[in-house]
Amino acid sequence: MQQQQKVAALSYSFPEEVLEHVFSFIDSTKDRGSISLVCKSWYEIERWCRRRVFVGNCYAITPAMVIKRFPKVRSITLKGKPHFADFNLVPEGWGGYVCPWIKAMAVAFPCLEEIKLKRMVISDDCLDLIAKSFKNFKVLVLISCEGFTTDGLASIAANCRNLRELDLRESEVEDICGHWLSHFPDSYTSLVSLNISCLANEVNFPALERLVSRCPNMHTLRLNRAAPLDKLANLLRGAPQLVELGTGAYTSEMRPEVFTNLAAAFSGCKQMKGLSGFWDVLPSYLPAVYPVCSRLTSLNLSYATIQSPDLIKLVGQCQSLQRLWVLDYIEDAGLDMLAASCKDLRELRVFPSDPFGLEANVALTEQGLVSVSEGCPKLHSVLYFCRQMTNAALNTIARNRPNMTRFRLCIIEPRTPDYLTLQSLDSGFGAIVEHCKDLQRLSLSGLLTDRVFEHIGTYAKKLEMLSVAFAGDSDLGLHHVLSGCDNLRKLEIRDCPFGDKALLANAAKLETMRSLWMSSCSVSYGACKLLGQKLPRLNVEVIDERGPPNLRPDSNPVEKLYIYRTISGPRLDMPGYVWTMEDDSAYLE
Amino acid sequence: MNEMSRNERESSEERKLELRLGPPGVEDWFHTHNKQRISFGNYFSSSNNGFQHVRGNKESSSSQTCCPKRVELQNGDNNKVTAVSNTSQKRTAPGPVVGWPPIRSFRKNLATSSSSKPSPPESQTQQDMHNNVSAGKKPIDNNYGKGLFVKINMDGVPIGRKVDLNAYHSYDNLSSAVDDLFRGLLKAQRDSSACGGNNKKEEEEKVITGLLDGSGEYTLVYEDNEGDRMLVGDVPWHMFVSTVKRLRVLKSTELSAFTLGTRQDKIST
Repeated sequence: MQQQQKVAALSYSFPEEVLEHVFSFIDSTKDRGSISLVCKSWYEIERWCRRRVFVGNCYAITPAMVIKRFPKVRSITLKGKPHFADFNLVPEGWGGYVCPWIKAMAVAFPCLEEIKLKRMVISDDCLDLIAKSFKNFKVLVLISCEGFTTDGLASIAANCRNLRELDLRESEVEDICGHWLSHFPDSYTSLVSLNISCLANEVNFPALERLVSRCPNMHTLRLNRAAPLDKLANLLRGAPQLVELGTGAYTSEMRPEVFTNLAAAFSGCKQMKGLSGFWDVLPSYLPAVYPVCSRLTSLNLSYATIQSPDLIKLVGQCQSLQRLWVLDYIEDAGLDMLAASCKDLRELRVFPSDPFGLEANVALTEQGLVSVSEGCPKLHSVLYFCRQMTNAALNTIARNRPNMTRFRLCIIEPRTPDYLTLQSLDSGFGAIVEHCKDLQRLSLSGLLTDRVFEHIGTYAKKLEMLSVAFAGDSDLGLHHVLSGCDNLRKLEIRDCPFGDKALLANAAKLETMRSLWMSSCSVSYGACKLLGQKLPRLNVEVIDERGPPNLRPDSNPVEKLYIYRTISGPRLDMPGYVWTMEDDSAYLE
Repeated sequence: MNEMSRNERESSEERKLELRLGPPGVEDWFHTHNKQRISFGNYFSSSNNGFQHVRGNKESSSSQTCCPKRVELQNGDNNKVTAVSNTSQKRTAPGPVVGWPPIRSFRKNLATSSSSKPSPPESQTQQDMHNNVSAGKKPIDNNYGKGLFVKINMDGVPIGRKVDLNAYHSYDNLSSAVDDLFRGLLKAQRDSSACGGNNKKEEEEKVITGLLDGSGEYTLVYEDNEGDRMLVGDVPWHMFVSTVKRLRVLKSTELSAFTLGTRQDKIST
């Protein structure tokens, strides 16, 4: 109590400038949010000196509101479509258009330096507007974005003289012309990070080489699949300071000099910490990277179809790894080796090489993950695709790694039971949530009953994002999650028998969450209408490609449902297959 | 809860669970288990339905694939039951499910991409050795360093052929290979069907052209790894090679918009 009074007294006695200076050391958006909740004067001071804004859902607030509250923003992060858009569950044209934001910011924030977008649609015109509106523009990150072409990129290149970072990670770019890179002026030298791994066509390589060699601070370069291997050595020699490299296609005609040049070039890269790329890899060229392997902390081989023996040889060289992304070709044997040699590993992702095959094409089982959980004490983030799992294995993993914060397991065939006991995997996932107290993100798969959701509701108190598919057997499952997971922010569910009861009973919970996605579940159209009417601070959007849902009985289940909290009201850019549930007066048209 | 011994806790969990497995009213359910009291609940509980939840754990765990939805309403609202079970049947039908497994589309093209690249001899032998020693393991089926043979059939020719896609490096090569494979067969077929009418004996072997741009009598299409029928030529060659499952030469006149997807469509869906 006394402490509080002291703080209050201090806040009055400090001049605003001092508080502002103190606040400037606090970067985390969450902490800044807490600061602004302390009192009105802190709110005022904080909003005037907020430089970075994070908007987790571009429809949760309007650009005008952000601009009004934070007049001096330099960096903005915006997210658009629901996460399930990554897996084609969100129909084309759903929304997530960034244009209104860019237009508003172009007027309000002439000093804006950074724009980071995820799952948004951005047009060439918008890119052009960015290029021409912000005098000191430095960072453009477009993750899983779409709607633009290399023409828009050319405009960025031509106009943003201070650009430091251009990251197009996993975006869908219409690749009209590889010459966009040559639009960077000859006097331009400020590029630090370039990720063009998503582009389909070969970029103008001489232009790339010139660009890379004249930017002395370049530390990240990720090429695309069309970038030929025989030109990599030369590129590297021009940029020995690189810290992160994504190679292009890692294959060429077997010519000894290609290998020697490459090995020599890699030997020159003394700062190299991360490697990715390796499309179409030819294993015999892999030893060329061995000189940098001992320093690598990050290795993304998830595009590299390297078979187990070659993978083991490569990963065996990389004992400092903290992050490994790899295809399941690594197999249990490779993961055993990883467990034995990479003691600093924090993050492991194992992707399927043949996700649509009916049977296993590799010897990867639950055992590989168990080994890594035993051998790597710092492991806290896992994404693992496999075809078999047991409760015993999940239990062991949970006990080995109570420090786990992100655990995503995908057993490829839906509703696969524990293959030894033929029981559901309820107790295995139950062990994960029980032992991993700091778990923030969880994806479930395999045969699961409502029981697992009871475990989750009981134990997963810090869980922020949960993905569920083909699981549960009644509303009770969803009820346990919504009523038990206090910190839940994002919940995505597909093909589960969850319906109206659980949703309506926990409606108020939805206002504390960022969003809820439910597709192919049992939520009726009537329940959606009810939610929309009763909770005006939620946008309840029904996505139904079969036609207007009000032409069917209210009791019919909707195809897809996306609910998110918002203070800006229903959005105006919905395509024809999205219906927003509002109160009746507004709805009758 | 934390102070309880594990056994106690488990048994108390069991009890709670049993309670819920009976046919409780929603009221009951709501009050016992919901910690946050929500004003909205009252509204909802007026539409109270009896609710029975059948576990059937044994059945479902013994069947690996799809278990039917286990929600039954005790009384009333039969419409809903049918609607629910209809969806569930539709969704659990065998065959690929959209968005499952949850893989980004750009990863789908990786699977067999390296198959198109010849593997150097030394690593080939290592690979073979590895395959031989890992006992009890299925051979790796990604055509690693081998030929990539796919079936190809042509409208009007009853006999199929197989082509090794690794032997060609471009669509043009493939299209002339198709001509080689089928020109003779097609002529034979036409001759035999023309026999009855015994005219046109003189029809010469016609070169099969325009397979890729739709300008010829025939068009080359393929079925990709997701089972969709696609026009050949839309995507880069390596991507094509890594996704193609079988080829078909269709009469251009029989190309119907309904049987074909294009790469663009696929990306968007």
